[in-house]
Formats: sequence, structure tokens, C-alpha cells
Amino acid sequence: MTGAANPAVVEMRGLGTRIGDRVVHRNLDLRVERGQVVGLVGGSGSGKTTLLRQILGLIQPAAGSVRLFGEDLGTADAVAQSALLRRLGMLFQAGALFSALPAFENIAFPLRELKRLDEDWIRRLVNLKLAMVELEVEHGNLMPAELSGGMVKRVALARALALEPELLLLDEPTAGLDPDRSRSFVRLLGQLQGELGLTVIMVTHDPETLAGLATHIAVLAEQHIVQFGLAADVMAGDHPFLAGFRDGDKSGLL
Amino acid sequence: MNNPPRLQIEPGKVVLSGEWTLAALLPELPQLQARLTAGGLGGLSWDLSDVDRLDSAAAVLLWRTWNECWPADLIVTETHRRTVERVAAAPIAASSGTVTAPGPVERIGDLVLGSIDHAIGLVTLFGQMLLDLCHLARHPSEMPWKETAANIYKAGALALPVTGLVGFLIGVTLSYLSALQLRSVGADLFIVNILGISIIRELGPVLVAVLVAGRSGSAMTAQIGVMRVTEEIDALTAMGISRSIRVVLPKLLALTVVMPLLVLWASAIALIGGMLSAMLQLDISPTYFVQNLQRAVPVANLVIGLTKGIVFGFIIAWVACHFGLRVKPNTESLSANTTTSVVTAITLVILADAVFAINTRNMGIPQL
Repeated sequence: MTGAANPAVVEMRGLGTRIGDRVVHRNLDLRVERGQVVGLVGGSGSGKTTLLRQILGLIQPAAGSVRLFGEDLGTADAVAQSALLRRLGMLFQAGALFSALPAFENIAFPLRELKRLDEDWIRRLVNLKLAMVELEVEHGNLMPAELSGGMVKRVALARALALEPELLLLDEPTAGLDPDRSRSFVRLLGQLQGELGLTVIMVTHDPETLAGLATHIAVLAEQHIVQFGLAADVMAGDHPFLAGFRDGDKSGLL
Repeated sequence: MNNPPRLQIEPGKVVLSGEWTLAALLPELPQLQARLTAGGLGGLSWDLSDVDRLDSAAAVLLWRTWNECWPADLIVTETHRRTVERVAAAPIAASSGTVTAPGPVERIGDLVLGSIDHAIGLVTLFGQMLLDLCHLARHPSEMPWKETAANIYKAGALALPVTGLVGFLIGVTLSYLSALQLRSVGADLFIVNILGISIIRELGPVLVAVLVAGRSGSAMTAQIGVMRVTEEIDALTAMGISRSIRVVLPKLLALTVVMPLLVLWASAIALIGGMLSAMLQLDISPTYFVQNLQRAVPVANLVIGLTKGIVFGFIIAWVACHFGLRVKPNTESLSANTTTSVVTAITLVILADAVFAINTRNMGIPQL
């Protein structure tokens, strides 16, 4: 899985992030290669979501650099930037669905923005994504406010998958899903990953998701990545945060 | 994307290779689509064994080319076959949500019913306010003093600069334009009467009402609206706290209290502006202006102006809260309700002003 020749999809070097006066990351290094599924773990408030926002270029780094597919988002021009961002899909923690559009249009939105696909093509793709996340065609007519929390999550995932991204950023993908759906989500992602060689970076607190999907684990603590490596190796490590995770794995699951 | 999608059509056989993904397809999509739909390819044998990656967007393209049935002769890897299978299994039914544009009759009907609905809502809110006041009279400890004070500061103290500036400019402009007319008929001294009556009785209250509706009314609608979107209003109710006492009432009280004060402030500054302009244009000294003002403008005008301020302030907050509570949890509804709130508030203020004008036509006009 970890061929050294694999190109880096996301590469952060000496990254520093500051929000107001608060230092979130300091001298953070992370290199995610193509095909890896990286579980990003760390305590609450350790800056995991902020790290995802850094990758998306929503926050300017205070120090160091973030390279996406080998290019620096900060220095790329507008056209190159949107081309880069089109190659990734992001699932926001609260879904971030467009509240004025029904679920179907939310998923169709990025496809329509390409301005190349005809209506039949878009409809088939959206219905396919809806089926992938186990929603019915009729659910596409509902407005985001009418969806349950878990359904919002699944529509948001369908939207993140709409452009067939090479890199998927997931912020708490299985939080709010029932165990069955959570398991089928893990299955779906594993399948996509196998077929398309998807690269995934996910923030998660769910031991089952982590165990079922992650090939690699990155532990974010003390403002930088304290441990990164194959999932089995990191889980066997002695970081106190992971001990909690392991205990949860043993006793917390039905 | 170093391996673009390639399509080779040989006699009796179609060979695909390269990356068949949405991103890779996009640059040459029109040509590829034209070649695929050129016709008759569905019956040939297909070789997909050299395809590196095949995503569902490309699978849809192929499935449509095959007229939605598997070609008799197909060479494809297992993972790619599964991708196409998933596309084949996906429902193609259009979501039934077709929207038809309403006809003119329906639109007028909607408008009338909507207006009646809003009128009922406004009356209900007014009634709720009276009930809340009764409740507070019996339980004075629940009075939301802090929220009221905060609203008075936001809608009143922070509005002083802008209302003062606009009032001053209007005073200067009005005085300057009137002076030009009055001088031509030699009625210079009437500038005091004109400015005094028009500003104190009419312009001051209406001007401040328009400014406050745009400034504080919209802010109130947006605040309550966002609280609806983020379910904060529901959270208050869940804690057993009355939303009308904690959210609506402080705004109504604050604006009702603060508006007459703003009217007084803006009118005074407008008169000072007018006085300055009169001094420069018509050589009327400030002393004469102030002395004559007392004679030319009976005190009834000030009472009318301040009463207007109280009524206008109440109307603005009342309308703002009503539309804020009507916001549905989406951004479109939030912006629509904020706009409607400001427009309705200003319209109702002008309407109330007309009612005032008719009912007070015999008051405060000096008999010459």
C-alpha cells in the first residue's frame, strides 16, 4: 500500500496556523500518498477540522506550505485553483447543504457547474449517488430542513462524491448515523476506494470506522502530527490518546 | 490525468483505453460524445480491458451508448463491470417535483391570502404582547431588563451619529431651497415657520423612521430569523423561557422608547442646520430664529412629532419581529423576509403618518 514512488496527494511542510491570537498548528508535517485512507484522530479542539480547512485553502497558512496534487493552492491562479478543488470532495461536519435548494439540486449543483453534462446524464448520476448513500429517489425532492440529521449527512456525502473526486476529505462522516448505516458507509467507501484508487483523509471519533477503513492513522496533538504510519502500527503504539480509542473499541461496541 | 481517455473504432470492434473519469473526459467531451453517438456502436464487441480507471460518470456515458443493455461481446475487468452494473441498477425516474408557474388569478389570490395571513399574524403578535405585559405585571422579576437595555443601546445610542448627520443635511438643504423662494417674494422671516412646522411635525419623525427601519428593523428581522434557522428559538422554548418575553418584547419596548428620543435629537439637529443656512443665506440671526421659533411653532406640534415617534417605533419593531418569526430555515426565506420587513415597515409608517395628518389637521397650526 505504501509504495515510496506513489505521488503525494497532500503534502504539508512546516505548517503553522493561527486563528486570531491562538496558535492551532505549529511546524506540522504530513504527507498523504495516493490510495491511502488516513484517519486523522486527536482530542476535541486539537485542530483536526482546521487542518482540513487548510487543505481546502479556506485558511491561509501562517507558516510553511500546503501542496495539493503537487501544487500550492496559495500561489496558483484562479483557474488552476478551481481545477484543483474540483478534484476533491469535502464532507463538512454539519453537511453544509445549500438550504435554498432541494437535496437533488444540492447533489446536481457541482455537476451543473461543469456546464458540459446534459440533463439526462446529471439525473442518472444524481440518482446513482442517492442510491449509493441508500436514499430513495423521492428523498431528492426534500429540502435540507426537512431531512433528518443522518440523511443530511448522506446527502452531503453524495454531493461530495458527485464529481468523482480523487481526494475525499471527510469531517466526522459517521457521526449521527445509526450503526447499520455507519457500517454500510464504511463498506461503500472501501468499495469506491478499491475501484477508483480514492485517497481519503477523514476526521473521526468512531473506532469502528477507523478500524474498518483507515490504512493509515495520523495523531494530531500538541499542535502537530505526533504519530503517522500504518494503522496497525499506530494503534499498537503507546500514545495516551490511542489507549482511549482501543478501550472504546473493546467495550463500547455492541 | 496523464493518460487521457482514448476511443478506437475498428471494424466490428470498439477499444477503449486510458482513464475514463469525469475529470479526464471533460476536455474532449464533445468529440468523444459525437463519436460514441454516431450510431451503431451498441451491436459491436467492446474491449475495455485497457481502461485504467472507470468512474460512474463515464459508465453512464457508456451505458447510454449501449442503449441500456449489455453488449453481446464485452471484455471488461471485474471492478469496472461492477461500476457499470451499479449505473445500470440506478433508477432513472425523474424526481416528480415539477413546479408549474402560477397563473395571474392564482398569484392575486396568493397575494390576498398572504396579506390576510400576515395581518392575522401581526394581530396575534400584538395580543401576545399584551398578554406578556399582563404576565410581567404579575411577575415583575421576569422582566427582561438586560435585553431591553441592550436593544436601547443598539437601536438608540448607536443610531445617534447617522440620524444626526442626515438630520443636519436635510435641515441645511430645506432651509437653503426655501430661502431662495422666500427671498423672491420678500417673505424672508417666514423661514422660521416653514422649517419649524415641517421638521418638528413631519420630516423629523418620518426621516428617523425610514432610517431606523433600514438600520434596526432589518437587524431585528435578521437576528430573529437566524435564531430560527439555527434552532436557538426552539432551544429557548425547550428551557421553558418564553421567546416572546425574552426575544420579542425587549425589541418592541426598546424601539418604542428610543424612537421619540431619536426624533427629538434629529429634529433639533435639523433645526440647527436650517438655522445656520438661514443665517448665511438670509442674514437671520440665530437669536431671532430661536425667539421666533417659540412663537411660530405651537407646542402641540412637538407633542404630535413625539407621539408619531412612539407609534412609528412600535410599528417598526412589531413588523420586524413578525417577519423574523416567519423565517423558514433556509437562506432564501431569510433574505426575502428581511426585505419584506423593511418595505412593510416603511409603508405602514407612511400610512400611519397619513392617519396622523388627517386626525390632527386642526391642531398646532398657528392662526395668522
